[in-house]
Amino acid sequence: MILTRFHKYASPKYFYSWSLKLRPWLATACVLLFVSGLVGALFLAPADYQQGESFRIIYVHVPAAWMSLFIYMVMAASGALGLIWRIKLGDVMARASAPLGAWFTFLALVTGSLWGKPMWGTYWVWDARLTSELILLFLYLGYIALQGAIEDRRIAARTGAILALVGTVNIPIIHYSVEWWNTLHQGPTVSKLDVPSIDTTMLVPLLIMSLAYTCYFITILFTRARCEILEFERNTSWVKERALQMEAV
Amino acid sequence: MNAAKAVLLRDLKRYLRRRQDLFQPLVFFVIVITLLALAVGPDAQIFATVAPAGVWVAVLLATTINLDAMFLSDYQDGTLEQLLLSPAALPGLVAAKIFAHWLATACPQIVIATFVATVLGIESQVVAALGATLLLGSPILSLVGAIASALTVGLRGGAMLQALIILPLYMPTLIFGSAAVHNAALELPIGAELYFLAGLAVMSASLAPVGAAAALKIRLG
Repeated sequence: MILTRFHKYASPKYFYSWSLKLRPWLATACVLLFVSGLVGALFLAPADYQQGESFRIIYVHVPAAWMSLFIYMVMAASGALGLIWRIKLGDVMARASAPLGAWFTFLALVTGSLWGKPMWGTYWVWDARLTSELILLFLYLGYIALQGAIEDRRIAARTGAILALVGTVNIPIIHYSVEWWNTLHQGPTVSKLDVPSIDTTMLVPLLIMSLAYTCYFITILFTRARCEILEFERNTSWVKERALQMEAV
Repeated sequence: MNAAKAVLLRDLKRYLRRRQDLFQPLVFFVIVITLLALAVGPDAQIFATVAPAGVWVAVLLATTINLDAMFLSDYQDGTLEQLLLSPAALPGLVAAKIFAHWLATACPQIVIATFVATVLGIESQVVAALGATLLLGSPILSLVGAIASALTVGLRGGAMLQALIILPLYMPTLIFGSAAVHNAALELPIGAELYFLAGLAVMSASLAPVGAAAALKIRLG
Protein backbone atom coordinates (compact mmCIF):
# COMPACT_ATOMS: atom_id res chain seq x y z
CA MET A 1 0.00 0.00 0.00
CA ILE A 2 2.62 2.47 1.13
CA LEU A 3 4.95 1.19 -1.57
CA THR A 4 2.45 1.71 -4.40
CA ARG A 5 1.69 5.17 -3.10
CA PHE A 6 5.42 5.90 -3.00
CA HIS A 7 5.79 4.72 -6.58
CA LYS A 8 2.93 6.95 -7.62
CA TYR A 9 4.32 10.11 -5.99
CA ALA A 10 7.85 9.33 -7.18
CA SER A 11 6.79 8.99 -10.80
CA PRO A 12 8.09 12.01 -12.73
CA LYS A 13 4.63 13.15 -13.79
CA TYR A 14 3.16 13.22 -10.29
CA PHE A 15 6.31 14.67 -8.82
CA TYR A 16 6.12 17.48 -11.35
CA SER A 17 2.61 18.49 -10.36
CA TRP A 18 2.86 18.11 -6.57
CA SER A 19 6.24 19.81 -6.33
CA LEU A 20 4.86 22.68 -8.40
CA LYS A 21 2.00 23.09 -5.92
CA LEU A 22 4.46 22.96 -3.04
CA ARG A 23 6.69 25.68 -4.46
CA PRO A 24 5.04 28.83 -2.97
CA TRP A 25 4.91 27.21 0.49
CA LEU A 26 8.56 26.20 0.36
CA ALA A 27 9.64 29.61 -0.90
CA THR A 28 7.68 31.42 1.83
CA ALA A 29 9.09 29.18 4.54
CA CYS A 30 12.56 29.75 3.15
CA VAL A 31 12.26 33.54 3.23
CA LEU A 32 10.76 33.55 6.76
CA LEU A 33 13.49 31.27 8.08
CA PHE A 34 16.24 33.35 6.48
CA VAL A 35 14.85 36.62 7.86
CA SER A 36 14.36 35.32 11.40
CA GLY A 37 17.69 33.49 11.34
CA LEU A 38 19.60 36.55 10.15
CA VAL A 39 17.92 38.85 12.66
CA GLY A 40 18.86 36.42 15.42
CA ALA A 41 22.36 36.04 14.07
CA LEU A 42 23.22 39.67 13.42
CA PHE A 43 21.29 41.51 16.17
CA LEU A 44 20.06 39.26 18.95
CA ALA A 45 23.06 36.99 19.47
CA PRO A 46 25.75 38.54 21.72
CA ALA A 47 29.28 39.05 20.48
CA ASP A 48 31.71 36.28 21.31
CA TYR A 49 33.90 36.95 24.35
CA GLN A 50 36.99 35.92 22.45
CA GLN A 51 36.32 36.39 18.74
CA GLY A 52 34.18 39.54 19.03
CA GLU A 53 31.79 40.38 16.21
CA SER A 54 33.64 38.41 13.58
CA PHE A 55 32.37 35.14 15.01
CA ARG A 56 29.02 35.93 13.34
CA ILE A 57 30.29 34.44 10.09
CA ILE A 58 29.60 31.10 11.79
CA TYR A 59 25.96 31.58 10.77
CA VAL A 60 26.74 31.31 7.09
CA HIS A 61 29.80 29.11 7.37
CA VAL A 62 28.65 26.20 9.52
CA PRO A 63 25.28 25.61 7.79
CA ALA A 64 27.07 25.66 4.42
CA ALA A 65 29.53 23.05 5.66
CA TRP A 66 26.68 20.90 6.99
CA MET A 67 24.83 21.20 3.69
CA SER A 68 27.90 20.23 1.70
CA LEU A 69 27.98 16.82 3.40
CA PHE A 70 24.21 16.45 3.60
CA ILE A 71 23.79 17.05 -0.14
CA TYR A 72 26.46 14.49 -0.93
CA MET A 73 24.46 11.97 1.08
CA VAL A 74 21.25 13.01 -0.71
CA MET A 75 23.03 12.64 -4.03
CA ALA A 76 24.40 9.19 -3.22
CA ALA A 77 21.13 7.95 -1.71
CA SER A 78 18.95 9.10 -4.58
CA GLY A 79 21.53 7.80 -7.04
CA ALA A 80 21.28 4.43 -5.31
CA LEU A 81 17.46 4.57 -5.57
CA GLY A 82 17.80 5.10 -9.30
CA LEU A 83 20.51 2.48 -9.70
CA ILE A 84 19.01 -0.34 -7.62
CA TRP A 85 15.24 0.16 -7.85
CA ARG A 86 15.24 1.96 -11.21
CA ILE A 87 13.32 4.89 -9.78
CA LYS A 88 13.63 7.66 -12.35
CA LEU A 89 13.15 10.39 -9.78
CA GLY A 90 16.30 9.14 -8.01
CA ASP A 91 18.36 9.69 -11.18
CA VAL A 92 16.87 13.15 -11.58
CA MET A 93 17.46 14.16 -7.95
CA ALA A 94 21.06 12.97 -7.97
CA ARG A 95 21.88 14.93 -11.10
CA ALA A 96 20.05 18.01 -9.85
CA SER A 97 21.74 18.09 -6.44
CA ALA A 98 25.37 17.86 -7.60
CA PRO A 99 25.90 21.52 -8.62
CA LEU A 100 24.08 22.69 -5.48
CA GLY A 101 26.37 20.60 -3.32
CA ALA A 102 29.41 21.92 -5.13
CA TRP A 103 28.30 25.53 -4.54
CA PHE A 104 27.63 24.94 -0.83
CA THR A 105 31.05 23.34 -0.50
CA PHE A 106 32.59 26.33 -2.25
CA LEU A 107 30.66 28.70 0.02
CA ALA A 108 31.85 26.83 3.11
CA LEU A 109 35.45 27.08 1.88
CA VAL A 110 35.23 30.79 1.05
CA THR A 111 33.50 31.82 4.28
CA GLY A 112 35.88 29.58 6.20
CA SER A 113 38.92 31.25 4.71
CA LEU A 114 37.42 34.71 5.34
CA TRP A 115 36.91 33.67 8.95
CA GLY A 116 40.40 32.26 9.09
CA LYS A 117 42.03 35.58 8.22
CA PRO A 118 41.11 37.42 11.48
CA MET A 119 41.26 34.31 13.66
CA TRP A 120 44.31 32.42 12.45
CA GLY A 121 45.95 35.32 10.60
CA THR A 122 45.84 33.51 7.26
CA TYR A 123 43.28 32.69 4.60
CA TRP A 124 44.31 29.12 4.11
CA VAL A 125 45.96 26.53 6.31
CA TRP A 126 46.39 22.86 5.49
CA ASP A 127 44.14 22.00 8.37
CA ALA A 128 42.29 18.70 8.44
CA ARG A 129 38.74 19.90 8.00
CA LEU A 130 39.62 22.52 5.40
CA THR A 131 41.50 19.92 3.42
CA SER A 132 38.75 17.33 3.55
CA GLU A 133 36.21 19.98 2.55
CA LEU A 134 38.44 20.82 -0.41
CA ILE A 135 38.63 17.14 -1.36
CA LEU A 136 34.84 17.00 -1.11
CA LEU A 137 34.70 19.84 -3.62
CA PHE A 138 36.96 17.81 -5.93
CA LEU A 139 34.60 14.83 -5.56
CA TYR A 140 31.63 17.00 -6.59
CA LEU A 141 33.55 18.42 -9.54
CA GLY A 142 34.51 14.92 -10.67
CA TYR A 143 30.85 13.89 -10.53
CA ILE A 144 29.78 16.95 -12.54
CA ALA A 145 32.54 16.38 -15.11
CA LEU A 146 31.43 12.77 -15.52
CA GLN A 147 27.83 13.89 -16.04
CA GLY A 148 28.97 16.32 -18.71
CA ALA A 149 30.95 13.68 -20.58
CA ILE A 150 28.11 11.18 -21.08
CA GLU A 151 25.37 12.13 -23.53
CA ASP A 152 22.71 9.62 -22.53
CA ARG A 153 21.05 10.91 -19.34
CA ARG A 154 20.06 7.49 -18.03
CA ILE A 155 23.57 6.09 -18.39
CA ALA A 156 25.08 9.31 -17.05
CA ALA A 157 22.89 9.17 -13.95
CA ARG A 158 23.65 5.52 -13.24
CA THR A 159 27.38 5.95 -13.83
CA GLY A 160 27.31 8.92 -11.51
CA ALA A 161 25.47 6.89 -8.88
CA ILE A 162 28.34 4.40 -8.74
CA LEU A 163 30.86 7.22 -8.43
CA ALA A 164 28.80 8.85 -5.65
CA LEU A 165 28.57 5.55 -3.76
CA VAL A 166 32.32 5.01 -4.05
CA GLY A 167 32.74 8.56 -2.77
CA THR A 168 30.44 7.84 0.18
CA VAL A 169 32.64 4.92 1.24
CA ASN A 170 35.65 7.19 0.86
CA ILE A 171 34.42 10.30 2.67
CA PRO A 172 34.94 8.96 6.22
CA ILE A 173 38.30 7.49 5.23
CA ILE A 174 39.38 10.78 3.68
CA HIS A 175 38.09 12.68 6.71
CA TYR A 176 39.93 10.61 9.31
CA SER A 177 43.12 10.24 7.30
CA VAL A 178 43.30 13.99 6.83
CA GLU A 179 42.42 14.57 10.48
CA TRP A 180 45.26 12.35 11.48
CA TRP A 181 47.52 14.10 9.05
CA ASN A 182 47.13 17.54 10.60
CA THR A 183 44.70 19.60 12.62
CA LEU A 184 44.28 23.21 13.70
CA HIS A 185 40.54 23.80 13.28
CA GLN A 186 38.58 24.56 16.45
CA GLY A 187 36.67 21.58 17.81
CA PRO A 188 33.01 21.00 16.87
CA THR A 189 30.71 23.52 18.49
CA VAL A 190 27.33 21.87 18.22
CA SER A 191 27.86 18.13 17.84
CA LYS A 192 27.75 17.55 21.61
CA LEU A 193 23.99 17.90 21.80
CA ASP A 194 23.60 17.46 25.57
CA VAL A 195 26.21 20.06 26.55
CA PRO A 196 26.95 22.22 23.49
CA SER A 197 29.90 24.54 23.99
CA ILE A 198 27.79 27.43 22.70
CA ASP A 199 25.26 29.67 24.43
CA THR A 200 21.56 29.17 23.61
CA THR A 201 21.14 32.72 22.27
CA MET A 202 23.94 31.94 19.84
CA LEU A 203 22.78 28.39 19.11
CA VAL A 204 19.15 29.08 18.19
CA PRO A 205 19.93 31.38 15.23
CA LEU A 206 22.46 28.80 14.03
CA LEU A 207 19.83 26.08 14.00
CA ILE A 208 17.32 28.38 12.29
CA MET A 209 19.92 29.27 9.68
CA SER A 210 20.64 25.64 8.96
CA LEU A 211 16.89 25.00 8.59
CA ALA A 212 16.76 27.95 6.19
CA TYR A 213 19.65 26.50 4.17
CA THR A 214 17.93 23.11 4.03
CA CYS A 215 14.69 24.74 2.95
CA TYR A 216 16.51 26.72 0.28
CA PHE A 217 18.20 23.55 -0.93
CA ILE A 218 14.89 21.70 -1.24
CA THR A 219 13.23 24.60 -3.08
CA ILE A 220 16.02 24.91 -5.62
CA LEU A 221 16.47 21.14 -5.88
CA PHE A 222 12.80 20.69 -6.80
CA THR A 223 13.00 23.45 -9.38
CA ARG A 224 16.10 21.94 -10.96
CA ALA A 225 14.54 18.50 -10.81
CA ARG A 226 11.45 19.77 -12.67
CA CYS A 227 13.68 21.13 -15.45
CA GLU A 228 15.56 17.84 -15.61
CA ILE A 229 12.28 15.93 -15.79
CA LEU A 230 11.03 17.99 -18.69
CA GLU A 231 14.20 17.16 -20.61
CA PHE A 232 14.27 13.50 -19.49
CA GLU A 233 10.64 12.97 -20.48
CA ARG A 234 10.44 15.28 -23.46
CA ASN A 235 9.05 12.51 -25.67
CA THR A 236 6.16 11.55 -23.38
CA SER A 237 2.59 12.65 -23.97
CA TRP A 238 2.11 14.49 -20.67
CA VAL A 239 5.07 16.80 -21.29
CA LYS A 240 3.75 17.58 -24.76
CA GLU A 241 0.28 18.31 -23.37
CA ARG A 242 1.78 20.60 -20.75
CA ALA A 243 3.82 22.41 -23.38
CA LEU A 244 0.67 22.94 -25.47
CA GLN A 245 -1.16 24.26 -22.44
CA MET A 246 1.64 26.71 -21.73
CA GLU A 247 1.57 27.86 -25.31
CA ALA A 248 -2.18 28.42 -25.14
CA VAL A 249 -1.74 30.57 -22.02
CA MET B 1 38.03 -19.70 -11.37
CA ASN B 2 39.34 -21.15 -14.64
CA ALA B 3 37.92 -18.23 -16.57
CA ALA B 4 39.60 -15.76 -14.23
CA LYS B 5 42.90 -17.61 -14.64
CA ALA B 6 42.56 -17.51 -18.42
CA VAL B 7 41.88 -13.77 -18.31
CA LEU B 8 44.91 -13.24 -16.06
CA LEU B 9 47.25 -15.19 -18.36
CA ARG B 10 45.88 -13.52 -21.47
CA ASP B 11 46.30 -10.04 -20.01
CA LEU B 12 49.85 -10.76 -18.87
CA LYS B 13 50.69 -11.98 -22.36
CA ARG B 14 49.16 -8.82 -23.81
CA TYR B 15 51.25 -6.59 -21.53
CA LEU B 16 54.42 -8.50 -22.45
CA ARG B 17 53.72 -8.10 -26.15
CA ARG B 18 53.15 -4.37 -25.94
CA ARG B 19 56.23 -3.42 -24.01
CA GLN B 20 56.01 0.27 -24.79
CA ASP B 21 52.98 0.38 -22.49
CA LEU B 22 55.16 -0.98 -19.72
CA PHE B 23 58.17 1.26 -20.28
CA GLN B 24 56.49 4.57 -20.89
CA PRO B 25 55.08 4.97 -17.34
CA LEU B 26 58.49 4.12 -15.88
CA VAL B 27 60.20 6.73 -18.03
CA PHE B 28 57.46 9.21 -17.11
CA PHE B 29 58.06 8.44 -13.43
CA VAL B 30 61.80 9.12 -13.70
CA ILE B 31 61.11 12.35 -15.62
CA VAL B 32 58.78 13.61 -12.89
CA ILE B 33 61.46 12.93 -10.28
CA THR B 34 63.97 14.83 -12.44
CA LEU B 35 61.54 17.74 -12.78
CA LEU B 36 61.18 17.82 -9.01
CA ALA B 37 64.96 17.88 -8.56
CA LEU B 38 65.31 20.70 -11.10
CA ALA B 39 62.53 22.70 -9.47
CA VAL B 40 63.90 22.29 -5.94
CA GLY B 41 67.43 23.25 -6.94
CA PRO B 42 70.83 21.66 -6.37
CA ASP B 43 70.70 21.81 -2.57
CA ALA B 44 71.00 18.14 -1.60
CA GLN B 45 69.65 18.69 1.91
CA ILE B 46 66.33 20.17 0.76
CA PHE B 47 65.98 17.59 -1.96
CA ALA B 48 66.52 14.74 0.51
CA THR B 49 63.61 16.01 2.64
CA VAL B 50 61.14 16.38 -0.25
CA ALA B 51 62.28 13.41 -2.35
CA PRO B 52 60.28 10.66 -0.54
CA ALA B 53 57.06 12.69 -0.89
CA GLY B 54 57.98 13.43 -4.49
CA VAL B 55 58.44 9.73 -5.22
CA TRP B 56 54.93 9.04 -3.88
CA VAL B 57 53.35 11.81 -5.96
CA ALA B 58 55.23 10.61 -9.05
CA VAL B 59 53.92 7.07 -8.47
CA LEU B 60 50.35 8.42 -8.20
CA LEU B 61 50.67 10.37 -11.44
CA ALA B 62 52.28 7.52 -13.37
CA THR B 63 49.59 5.11 -12.12
CA THR B 64 46.80 7.49 -13.11
CA ILE B 65 48.19 7.93 -16.61
CA ASN B 66 48.59 4.20 -16.96
CA LEU B 67 45.06 3.22 -15.88
CA ASP B 68 43.88 3.36 -19.50
CA ALA B 69 45.80 0.18 -20.22
CA MET B 70 43.39 -1.78 -18.01
CA PHE B 71 40.19 -1.66 -20.09
CA LEU B 72 40.61 0.65 -23.07
CA SER B 73 42.10 -1.66 -25.72
CA ASP B 74 39.74 -4.47 -24.68
CA TYR B 75 36.86 -2.03 -25.03
CA GLN B 76 37.99 -0.99 -28.49
CA ASP B 77 38.38 -4.51 -29.91
CA GLY B 78 35.23 -5.92 -28.29
CA THR B 79 36.91 -8.27 -25.79
CA LEU B 80 35.17 -6.50 -22.94
CA GLU B 81 31.74 -7.30 -24.38
CA GLN B 82 32.70 -10.94 -24.66
CA LEU B 83 33.71 -10.93 -20.98
CA LEU B 84 30.34 -9.45 -20.07
CA LEU B 85 28.61 -12.22 -22.00
CA SER B 86 30.62 -14.98 -20.33
CA PRO B 87 28.78 -17.13 -17.78
CA ALA B 88 31.58 -16.66 -15.23
CA ALA B 89 30.98 -14.03 -12.53
CA LEU B 90 32.13 -10.66 -13.84
CA PRO B 91 33.73 -9.39 -10.59
CA GLY B 92 36.08 -12.39 -10.65
CA LEU B 93 37.15 -11.63 -14.22
CA VAL B 94 37.59 -7.95 -13.40
CA ALA B 95 39.68 -8.89 -10.35
CA ALA B 96 41.91 -10.99 -12.64
CA LYS B 97 42.34 -8.04 -15.00
CA ILE B 98 43.22 -5.74 -12.10
CA PHE B 99 45.73 -8.26 -10.75
CA ALA B 100 47.36 -8.58 -14.18
CA HIS B 101 47.55 -4.79 -14.45
CA TRP B 102 49.14 -4.56 -11.00
CA LEU B 103 51.71 -7.26 -11.78
CA ALA B 104 52.64 -5.73 -15.12
CA THR B 105 52.73 -2.04 -14.20
CA ALA B 106 52.94 -1.52 -10.44
CA CYS B 107 55.60 -4.11 -9.66
CA PRO B 108 58.22 -2.65 -12.04
CA GLN B 109 57.35 0.76 -10.69
CA ILE B 110 58.06 -0.29 -7.10
CA VAL B 111 61.44 -1.70 -8.15
CA ILE B 112 62.34 1.45 -10.09
CA ALA B 113 61.12 3.72 -7.26
CA THR B 114 63.24 2.01 -4.61
CA PHE B 115 66.19 1.98 -7.03
CA VAL B 116 65.82 5.68 -7.79
CA ALA B 117 65.46 6.45 -4.09
CA THR B 118 68.68 4.59 -3.32
CA VAL B 119 70.57 6.34 -6.11
CA LEU B 120 69.35 9.72 -4.87
CA GLY B 121 71.07 9.02 -1.57
CA ILE B 122 67.96 8.58 0.59
CA GLU B 123 68.76 6.70 3.79
CA SER B 124 68.25 2.96 3.76
CA GLN B 125 65.51 2.79 6.41
CA VAL B 126 63.54 5.41 4.44
CA VAL B 127 63.97 3.41 1.25
CA ALA B 128 62.72 0.32 3.08
CA ALA B 129 59.66 2.23 4.32
CA LEU B 130 59.07 3.54 0.82
CA GLY B 131 59.20 0.03 -0.62
CA ALA B 132 56.86 -1.34 2.06
CA THR B 133 54.29 1.44 1.66
CA LEU B 134 54.39 1.13 -2.13
CA LEU B 135 53.93 -2.63 -1.88
CA LEU B 136 50.82 -2.14 0.29
CA GLY B 137 49.60 1.04 -1.40
CA SER B 138 49.91 0.22 -5.10
CA PRO B 139 47.21 -2.52 -4.99
CA ILE B 140 44.83 0.13 -3.59
CA LEU B 141 45.73 2.44 -6.46
CA SER B 142 45.10 -0.27 -9.06
CA LEU B 143 41.85 -1.44 -7.44
CA VAL B 144 40.24 1.96 -6.89
CA GLY B 145 41.61 3.09 -10.23
CA ALA B 146 39.81 0.20 -11.92
CA ILE B 147 36.45 1.70 -10.89
CA ALA B 148 37.29 5.08 -12.42
CA SER B 149 38.72 3.42 -15.49
CA ALA B 150 35.55 1.36 -15.93
CA LEU B 151 33.34 4.42 -15.44
CA THR B 152 35.14 6.45 -18.08
CA VAL B 153 36.07 3.73 -20.60
CA GLY B 154 35.49 4.91 -24.16
CA LEU B 155 34.48 8.47 -23.25
CA ARG B 156 35.82 11.46 -25.13
CA GLY B 157 38.54 13.12 -23.09
CA GLY B 158 38.55 10.03 -20.90
CA ALA B 159 42.10 10.32 -19.59
CA MET B 160 41.66 13.78 -18.09
CA LEU B 161 38.25 12.89 -16.70
CA GLN B 162 39.66 9.72 -15.19
CA ALA B 163 42.41 11.67 -13.46
CA LEU B 164 39.88 14.19 -12.15
CA ILE B 165 37.71 11.44 -10.70
CA ILE B 166 40.42 9.26 -9.30
CA LEU B 167 42.95 11.63 -7.71
CA PRO B 168 40.68 12.74 -4.82
CA LEU B 169 40.03 9.09 -4.01
CA TYR B 170 43.79 8.45 -3.90
CA MET B 171 44.43 11.00 -1.18
CA PRO B 172 44.12 8.71 1.87
CA THR B 173 46.63 6.30 0.33
CA LEU B 174 49.00 9.17 -0.35
CA ILE B 175 48.60 10.47 3.20
CA PHE B 176 49.39 7.15 4.89
CA GLY B 177 52.14 6.29 2.44
CA SER B 178 54.02 9.54 2.71
CA ALA B 179 53.40 9.77 6.49
CA ALA B 180 55.11 6.40 6.95
CA VAL B 181 58.05 7.51 4.83
CA HIS B 182 58.26 10.79 6.72
CA ASN B 183 58.22 8.98 10.07
CA ALA B 184 60.91 6.60 8.89
CA ALA B 185 63.11 9.57 8.04
CA LEU B 186 62.70 10.79 11.65
CA GLU B 187 63.35 7.24 12.92
CA LEU B 188 59.83 6.98 14.33
CA PRO B 189 57.74 3.76 14.21
CA ILE B 190 55.70 3.29 11.03
CA GLY B 191 53.56 0.31 12.06
CA ALA B 192 50.28 2.25 12.35
CA GLU B 193 50.46 3.62 8.81
CA LEU B 194 51.34 0.22 7.39
CA TYR B 195 48.36 -1.35 9.18
CA PHE B 196 46.07 1.35 7.81
CA LEU B 197 47.36 0.79 4.29
CA ALA B 198 46.92 -2.96 4.67
CA GLY B 199 43.35 -2.43 5.90
CA LEU B 200 42.55 -0.14 2.98
CA ALA B 201 44.08 -2.67 0.58
CA VAL B 202 41.91 -5.49 1.96
CA MET B 203 38.81 -3.31 1.85
CA SER B 204 39.37 -2.17 -1.70
CA ALA B 205 40.25 -5.70 -2.80
CA SER B 206 36.87 -6.91 -1.57
CA LEU B 207 34.75 -4.00 -2.84
CA ALA B 208 36.46 -2.56 -5.92
CA PRO B 209 36.06 -5.53 -8.33
CA VAL B 210 32.32 -5.54 -7.63
CA GLY B 211 32.10 -1.79 -8.22
CA ALA B 212 34.18 -1.91 -11.38
CA ALA B 213 32.08 -4.80 -12.73
CA ALA B 214 28.86 -2.88 -12.07
CA ALA B 215 30.35 0.18 -13.78
CA LEU B 216 31.34 -1.85 -16.86
CA LYS B 217 27.85 -3.31 -17.08
CA ILE B 218 26.33 0.17 -17.09
CA ARG B 219 28.82 1.59 -19.58
CA LEU B 220 28.43 -1.29 -22.04
CA GLY B 221 24.89 -2.39 -21.27
